[in-house]
Amino acid sequence: MEWMMELLKSPPGLSNLSTFLILTLPVLSIVLGFVTYAILAERKVLGYMQLRYGPNRTGGRFGLLQTVADVLKLLIKEDTRPKEADRPLFILAPVIAFVPSFMVLAVIPYTESVMFANIGVGLLYFIAISGLTTVGMLTAGWASNNKYALMGGMRSAAQMISYEIPLLMALVGVVLFAGSLNLVEIVEQQQYIPYILLQPIGFIIFFIAATAELNRTPFDLPEAESELIAGYHVEYSGFRFAFFMLAEYVYLFAMSALITVLYLGGWNPIIGLGFIPDLVWFGIKFSILVFVFMWVRATLPRIRPDQLMEFGWKVLLPVAMLNIFLSAILKEIFF
Amino acid sequence: MDSLHIYQNSYTFIVVFMFVAILLPIVALSAGKLLRPHQPTKEKMTTYESGIEPFQDARVQFNVRYYLFALMFVIFDVETVFLYPWAVAYEQLGIFALIEMLIFIVVLFLGLVYAWKKGVLRWR
Repeated sequence: MEWMMELLKSPPGLSNLSTFLILTLPVLSIVLGFVTYAILAERKVLGYMQLRYGPNRTGGRFGLLQTVADVLKLLIKEDTRPKEADRPLFILAPVIAFVPSFMVLAVIPYTESVMFANIGVGLLYFIAISGLTTVGMLTAGWASNNKYALMGGMRSAAQMISYEIPLLMALVGVVLFAGSLNLVEIVEQQQYIPYILLQPIGFIIFFIAATAELNRTPFDLPEAESELIAGYHVEYSGFRFAFFMLAEYVYLFAMSALITVLYLGGWNPIIGLGFIPDLVWFGIKFSILVFVFMWVRATLPRIRPDQLMEFGWKVLLPVAMLNIFLSAILKEIFF
Repeated sequence: MDSLHIYQNSYTFIVVFMFVAILLPIVALSAGKLLRPHQPTKEKMTTYESGIEPFQDARVQFNVRYYLFALMFVIFDVETVFLYPWAVAYEQLGIFALIEMLIFIVVLFLGLVYAWKKGVLRWR
């Protein structure tokens, strides 16, 4: 895979552009494959944690084709659009929600040589672009002209606003130790000690805030199916709905990959086990995180909106500020 | 020269990712148009409200607390951005910058305490 680095170093031109385009398509297929089987895995994990089997009919004993069947069903479903809805915005909203979720994948380094964009401000790019998805949700909620949808959209915006700050502040600790915003350098700095050991508080804050940013249980208030039916995408059907779902799971991919890079040492092996390839190490850490996200979903109930906001501002934010302090002092003393 | 090329190629990559991400919904939704039925009726096109007849417009005035939280967000987000350059350059700056930033965070925290005491953070 060394040729990928060579490609990045080669002088830019039209031939590079076409190579990039061809390289992006496998990424897209891998991500779509991940989403297909992450949905299945989530249903299976939830099933077994609730003492039932989960999907086990379509595609053999393990329901391997369940999600494929679901996607095909969505593809041939009628696309209803309410008369009261704002037509251009209604059509645009799923696209606004999906595009940033795929764009953030460009900056994640999977191994030393498998990386796409190696930019100096990779971390800020990820956070900035991922924040844009909320605009898509808010647009969907507004354009639907439906009371549930609007409430879901507003909640989504309020939630994103409240949890983005602890998220950013938790990251300051990582940046402090790494001395760089470049994700490749951050991984290289963790060759011996992954930052989860130096930043345990930061990791916990980041994980909680990431769950909130992903709109996953216990923070799935924008969708809250027991009160808002489906929140911001209540009026969406067929493939337009599928794109909201897709965006959600692509973010699960992106966020798990980011946490792997920032806190678990990316592709770096545990010392002494260097014979296992880098990509496998990345995959193991990544899969554990995806599983933990599913585990959290199976364990915790949804919290109330007032608890959500107060937890974000009154608990996470002060703790995140304290964490910056502790990290700076730790770095001053030991490094 | 290498770093300039990496820089240019990386941003080209990001643009390519954006292009593919925009293309996917367009292709999928246009292809879907050939497959899916399209028979809108008046009932199908009404707004969904759990079965009852939809009434009034959904776009009502929203609670002011959303606005207050948005203001808080702007304040804290901008101040967090100040922390990043400090964190990146921390190694070169040393103990003096640490104390300066300590004071900065304390001021930030006082702002949070003020908002807390004013009841801005209460969600009722």
